[in-house]
Amino acid sequence: MHNFDFVKPSTIAEAVAALSHEGAQALSGGQTLIPTMKQRLAAPATLVSLTGIAEMQGVCLGDGGLHIGAATPHATVAREAKAHYPALAKLAGGIGDPAVRNKGTVGGSLANNDPAACYPSAVLASGATIVTNTRTIAADDYFQGMFTTALHDGEIITSVVFPIPEKAAYVKFDQPASRFALTGVFVAKYAGGVRVAVTGASQDGVFRWHEAEAALSANFSPAAVSGLAMESRHMIADLHGTPAYRANLVKVLTSRAVAAAG
Amino acid sequence: MPKDGGIGASTKRREDVRFLTGKGRYTDDINIRGQLYAHFIRSQVAHGTIRKIDTRDAEAMPGVVKVFTSADFTGVGGIPTGWQVTSRDGQPMLEPKHPVLAEGKVRHVGDPIAVVVAETLDQARDAAEAVEIDIDELPAVVDMKAAVKGGPLVHDEIGSNLCYDWGFVEENKAAVDEAFKKAAHVTTLDLVNNRLIANPMEPRVAVGDYEDHSGQHTLYTTSQNPHVIRLLMGAFVLAIPEHKLRVVAPDVGGGFGSKIYHYAEEAFVTKAAQILKRPVKWTSSRSEAFISDAQGRDHLTRIQLALDADHNFTALRCETYANMGAYLSTFAPCIPTWLHGTLLAGNYKTPLVYTNVKAVFTNTVPVDAYRGAGRPEATFQLERVIDMAARELGVSPVELRRKNFIQPDQFPYQTPVAVVYDTGNYQATLDKLLDLSDHAGFEARAAESKARGKLRGFGLAHYIEACGIAPSNLVGQLGARAGLYESATVRVNATGSITVFTGSHSHGQGHETTFAQVISEMIGIDASQVDIVHGDTSNSPMGMGTYGSRSLAVGGSAMVKATNKIINKAKKIAAHLMEASEADIELKGGKFTVAGTDKEKSWVDITLAAYVPHNYPLESMEPGLEETAFYDPSNFTYPAGAYGCEVEVDPDTGKVTILSFTAADDFGNVVNPMIVAGQVHGGLAQGIGQAMLENCVFDENGQLLSGSFMDYAMPRADDVPFYSVDHSCATPCTHNPLGVKGCGEAGAIGSPPAVVNAVLDALHRGGFTHVTHIDMPVSPSRVWQAMHG
Ligand SMILES: Cc1cc2nc3c(=O)[nH]c(=O)nc-3n(C[C@H](O)[C@H](O)[C@H](O)COP(=O)(O)OP(=O)(O)OC[C@H]3O[C@@H](n4cnc5c(N)ncnc54)[C@H](O)[C@@H]3O)c2cc1C
Repeated sequence: MHNFDFVKPSTIAEAVAALSHEGAQALSGGQTLIPTMKQRLAAPATLVSLTGIAEMQGVCLGDGGLHIGAATPHATVAREAKAHYPALAKLAGGIGDPAVRNKGTVGGSLANNDPAACYPSAVLASGATIVTNTRTIAADDYFQGMFTTALHDGEIITSVVFPIPEKAAYVKFDQPASRFALTGVFVAKYAGGVRVAVTGASQDGVFRWHEAEAALSANFSPAAVSGLAMESRHMIADLHGTPAYRANLVKVLTSRAVAAAG
Repeated sequence: MPKDGGIGASTKRREDVRFLTGKGRYTDDINIRGQLYAHFIRSQVAHGTIRKIDTRDAEAMPGVVKVFTSADFTGVGGIPTGWQVTSRDGQPMLEPKHPVLAEGKVRHVGDPIAVVVAETLDQARDAAEAVEIDIDELPAVVDMKAAVKGGPLVHDEIGSNLCYDWGFVEENKAAVDEAFKKAAHVTTLDLVNNRLIANPMEPRVAVGDYEDHSGQHTLYTTSQNPHVIRLLMGAFVLAIPEHKLRVVAPDVGGGFGSKIYHYAEEAFVTKAAQILKRPVKWTSSRSEAFISDAQGRDHLTRIQLALDADHNFTALRCETYANMGAYLSTFAPCIPTWLHGTLLAGNYKTPLVYTNVKAVFTNTVPVDAYRGAGRPEATFQLERVIDMAARELGVSPVELRRKNFIQPDQFPYQTPVAVVYDTGNYQATLDKLLDLSDHAGFEARAAESKARGKLRGFGLAHYIEACGIAPSNLVGQLGARAGLYESATVRVNATGSITVFTGSHSHGQGHETTFAQVISEMIGIDASQVDIVHGDTSNSPMGMGTYGSRSLAVGGSAMVKATNKIINKAKKIAAHLMEASEADIELKGGKFTVAGTDKEKSWVDITLAAYVPHNYPLESMEPGLEETAFYDPSNFTYPAGAYGCEVEVDPDTGKVTILSFTAADDFGNVVNPMIVAGQVHGGLAQGIGQAMLENCVFDENGQLLSGSFMDYAMPRADDVPFYSVDHSCATPCTHNPLGVKGCGEAGAIGSPPAVVNAVLDALHRGGFTHVTHIDMPVSPSRVWQAMHG
């Protein structure tokens, strides 16, 4: 690891100011950024920690649904979202191991937008809103492909607002080594319809499966997806699965998620 | 009931107190005043010509003491190979030079090119980025068959990528071919034995120290065999005589074979410490371990089994390509040959066996022994082809094996592949397995799984291994450049406590506990009075170290021999003190008595007399009580057993869940049943890891795709079931004093075929009868692809 300076502001304004300097980078739980720095693949001059900012912590009900501070660790979400949005809490509780869950944060996960990360599927399936220091971004506009988002340089995610569905479930199929999602499917049923978001499978990152949404909006049952075809053309091919295998998982996991949502 | 702390007692591992409380002293814990840090710059391409290395900018950076390249290692030998294999045409194998630092060419990703030595590790790493290296990338050869069919040459100077072409038993080849022609049925299976990365918990570390005034070198290293490193590095690489070179392997956090070999980093720190006159330390990162530790397995095999009309095995034929990687690691040549071909008779009466092994150089990390070493490869193909034959013939895999087993009254049994099995009872371990795994209840369990939409399968494997390596005169004939005896010095102290210096090395096996149990049993003193010392060439006799499940069978036997010398001398002293005839002296429970009298002397009376020899037969006997023995085994030992695995396959995702795993082993006599169970548990986890999860994969350019734990799947606790293990079916070894066979590798040898057989069984029961084989690891995607492909 290269040497760096470290600041830990206590307000969003201070953090934004600190991030305006050349070579400054936000640090949240550090579960992605610190290993990258240890491998010398990233060498920020200054790390601006977001974990000392009170406004960016915690889980609470508010306008538009469940508000989660961007610097809230996965373990806190797993505990505190349980009463309000159990499927989201379960997703958070299934990320990594206890050390990762106690450090890693929802904001870090969304800013990073790893194609195999869990949170992006919840955000997209819930039609959640990403709140930053300057604006709000709808989930449908936020994810722009693997490791790519709508965030500008120096922009900070401050919270995420999740509309609470009538029914929902996340089913994750572990990649055997990393135990990230080899494929994961989040299904959420709202009064206005069903949303289905898929992570881990596509070369374009998290995506909505519109055919399944239509079928499930008409008939919310596991069998509703059995007749659908999932194309394997844009699916990821790697050591752990072929495109055809991932396409199959999308279907299997979607119907399992519907069953789990009840 | 075994005596507490004696043979047969499940005494708790005394070393665990220090390991579990953070008091272990590992190589990385050693820091010497004035120490410098080495950072290796390694090749990022698999094959290339080095055009230029410019170290000037780096050498001007803060804290940098020197940047080394191969130019600093002229006059230094290459890393030697400890075994020479002879090809079918009588020619010795090709043995290209393996320089300490790359000379002119790089041959695999991770090949060391230059080393920065600096005051701190960060300074060394910073400066490494300033070393300018210009490499012309060459096409890499990764596929073994392409490598021998005129692919790019890994070593231009030897003119071929074929290291050797070995046939065994060459004289039987024609007879084997003839038997195949006459066979009523032939089963053929093409398979891959997947390449593995050993991944011991502790990465490799080496610290070199040099004393200018005496010319004394010390190397602290993470080794399974410090004397072997002293011999190889001293005699062949750096030309340092033994009395000027001390090698210390303190606590070592797992090896699994990968810490047997002499590595370039060891020679580097030793030499650099001499050049710089300061200690030099290197600690491998985990990422570095993935591209610099010798890897395991990697065979491409066609196995064929011939059967007569009554389903007797009549011949076995195996053609294997074995990957050596870019250089020959220390024992690489012998793994796919003598530790593989000699095991192909398995537990069976097959009269004719022929193996052809082509060892191939590729632009990949070197491959050498990994837990089991050759024997898992032999067992996997044999136990898979037998299952496949049973399926083709429509007979029970259990009964097909049973029918072809060597019978209990046939021991000692001369196999057609040179080795002689001394004892065994394969029917007994098979029966024990079927009983313990409730084989009778399997169909009901399978029906219950089916009701839940899952496919249940049972897989059996029976294994044999050759352990306790090895008779030196035999291995000498087979090409070994070392002896394979073991040594021990038993030092009895004046007040009766004992220190044993053993050439064996414990890196997780628990020798400090088990070896003390043996001495405690033999002399009758409390095990707490015995300490086991290992890992330092300056205090123990020349020994060959720990691998090949040899420590108790060979090292323990040396210790028993030395202890018997102690007992004989102690009896002479007792006879003198009690004015009796030596023949009448008995030692029991730590007391010397004279038969037929009530005379008695304690152990401590005798040891005191030996060191305070006031009343002592000085004219006929030396004072003191210390003995050294070397033990050279007369044969290998042959642990064997039956393994059973029950799995459930999710037909929608291909995911395999292991529901139960049962192991019925014959290890001969057992000194500490708890430690033996632990060794089996660990071996099973590694075997299940190979079967289900682990896979080291290079792309066609020689880049490692499974380059970290993000992609290389190690077994976790929830990947393995609670095991049921048994070692009650013991047929003690006939040729070593303890009657022990060795238990360290069995789990990793016997389990992979049991897992894969179980998966195939589940698929067949589920109607997927077109699936005849799935290569390891049987990952969800591979299983699903096989079902639907
Ligand atoms: C062993 C292991 C297992 C894991 N398993 C899983 C898993 O199963 N599923 C899963 O989804 N994830 C998994 N993760 C990833 C984990 O969830 C991380 O926490 C997450 O990817 C990053 O969050 P972080 O808070 O650690 O971010 P950091 O590492 O601190 O930052 C990541 C990136 O986001 C930027 N950033 C951080 N916060 C903000 C913000 N508020 N606004 C703007 N930019 C920001 C940083 O500058 C950096 O570029 C795993 C990680 C590890 C180490």
